[in-house]
Amino acid sequence: MSGYLGDVAALARTSLLLELRQRDTVPAMVLFVVSALVVFRFSLPADASDLAALGLLWIAIVFTAILALTRAFVAERDQRVLDGLVLATADRSAIWLGKVAGVLAFLVLAELVALPAFALFFAPIGWETVAAVALANVGIAAVGTLLAAMAAASRARELLLPLLFLPLVIPVVVGGVGASVEPDPGRYLAFLGLYDLIFAILAWASFDYVVAE
Amino acid sequence: MIRARGLERRFGDKRVLAGLDLDVAAGGFVAVTGPNGSGKSTLLALLAGLLAPTGGELEIEARRNEVGYLAHEPLVYRELSALENLELYGRLYRVPERRERIGMLLERYGLWPVRHERVSAYSRGMAQRLALCRTLLHDPSLVLLDEPYSALDADGARLLDAELAALTGERTLVVSTHDPDRVRPLATQAVSLA
Amino acid sequence: MRNNLGPALAVGALLVLGTGLVLALFWAPEDADQGFSQRIFYVHVPIALTAYACFGWGAWKALRLLWTREARYDLESYTAIHMGTIFGVLVLVTGSIWAKVSWGIWWSWSERQLVLFLVLFLFYSAYFMLRYSTDPGPRRANMSAVYALFGVVLIPVSFLAIRLAENFIHPVVFTRDGPQMAGSMFFVFCVCLAGMLLLAAALYQAELAGKRLDARVRELREALA
Repeated sequence: MSGYLGDVAALARTSLLLELRQRDTVPAMVLFVVSALVVFRFSLPADASDLAALGLLWIAIVFTAILALTRAFVAERDQRVLDGLVLATADRSAIWLGKVAGVLAFLVLAELVALPAFALFFAPIGWETVAAVALANVGIAAVGTLLAAMAAASRARELLLPLLFLPLVIPVVVGGVGASVEPDPGRYLAFLGLYDLIFAILAWASFDYVVAE
Repeated sequence: MIRARGLERRFGDKRVLAGLDLDVAAGGFVAVTGPNGSGKSTLLALLAGLLAPTGGELEIEARRNEVGYLAHEPLVYRELSALENLELYGRLYRVPERRERIGMLLERYGLWPVRHERVSAYSRGMAQRLALCRTLLHDPSLVLLDEPYSALDADGARLLDAELAALTGERTLVVSTHDPDRVRPLATQAVSLA
Repeated sequence: MRNNLGPALAVGALLVLGTGLVLALFWAPEDADQGFSQRIFYVHVPIALTAYACFGWGAWKALRLLWTREARYDLESYTAIHMGTIFGVLVLVTGSIWAKVSWGIWWSWSERQLVLFLVLFLFYSAYFMLRYSTDPGPRRANMSAVYALFGVVLIPVSFLAIRLAENFIHPVVFTRDGPQMAGSMFFVFCVCLAGMLLLAAALYQAELAGKRLDARVRELREALA
């Protein structure tokens, strides 16, 4: 594979390798997700509807995403590896794409635990929820990776990322909860698809400006 | 090869480089000296294209992938091995005959035996040698070294001396150093940032 | 030419906005349903539209920055977004007052405009956090510009989201007739809108001039040192 796609593949491989090598994060993340769901269980009154519970699922997903994104550029930032990559890559958006692959892998792994756990603790999950989660992952990873790069360049990293991320993720939550809850999920899934398309293109096009001067 | 007029870089209110003029011909060897905080690293980062000037002009007759840059940090992933790091950079820089070139550099710098170990297990000197491999991997025409001797042990320093001697005249070199005597015999011009 | 623009805008804003407010308070016909309190509409909606205009202007300047790499666009983009945020806060305040006067509550999630501005307020507050926690320079300018572009795209996306969310957040309890405005109402609305835009432009010029002056003073101080 040559050129741009080859760069993306190499960077994605690296991203995934790094995720795998940090052996402590996978069990920690699984534990976090399950603990969060248990806390949510205790925070709901006994007669709460399934709909309220589904809302909490999306909260769990958003905060797992924040965890994933906070870690996204840690290796690059600490060693200033990002500078090396920025100099080496012809088109810096390949760095973004590679990172998005890593973030997506983390999210999917977390959700492979979270969704069955949710079905166990609260209420069964339909195909619409799974579809919504899949679509939401793309938007979250696309926007979040760009914002994580911004936060990594600032002084207030861990604080800044949630601040930047939460307003932008509100439409995703709306789309996701709507698809899970409403009788006609099609509109919400389409909305999620629209969000993904618009913001992925925007993030892909503007990543170069975020990491280089 | 390099032409700077009134080059300026400020960070917020602090002006680190002010009004620097520089002319470097291809094949030249520039030794950059100055006390700590005088802007040596900033100058090299500007030449590498990592920083943009906040004033003045800077022209460099080399494409981004023809520039090799050695920073204070090795710019390699600690959780990957030397081989994996160089594979990645080799891929990004489109180095021809990547495997052979990587093998040759690792051998030359004595890292071949440890090529599969993670960088986190390396000593500072070994990491710096890996950084040198990374810098020279793509056979850059402009080589920028920011205090390369600072982290090297005696053996590593000897290897670097040999490398610089080999590169002199063939490539354009800009080396910042605390120890000007080391590079004085090879340098064709000196820039002192006071 | 530039020296005259600021005062001209200020005078213009004062005149037009003053006229508009007077018209709104005394001349415009009284609304059948809501009575006197409806007149806040003449202030609330123009402020909202002006805020959108400021964010749009800021995004335009951001685009110019990324395109040309000229540092002055960073200041212009930042100032425009600063203006937009101030007007945005005013939207929340006037909207809140209107809600209290009309329905006796300070906030309503079924008020799309209010909810949208809450989201935008959070978003653009993060803009200032981003700028505050990054060292000044080309990097901060670039990141701010990219973020400003995201903001302007977020406006319609959020609006759509809020509309979609109404189905499950809360059934719409309070209704307000869309402005089937009489001609005279529309006229007063337009005057107020023009006045608000002029006010924003005047404040923008003033802040920009002030910041540029600061920069010049710093340059001179350095040149002398």
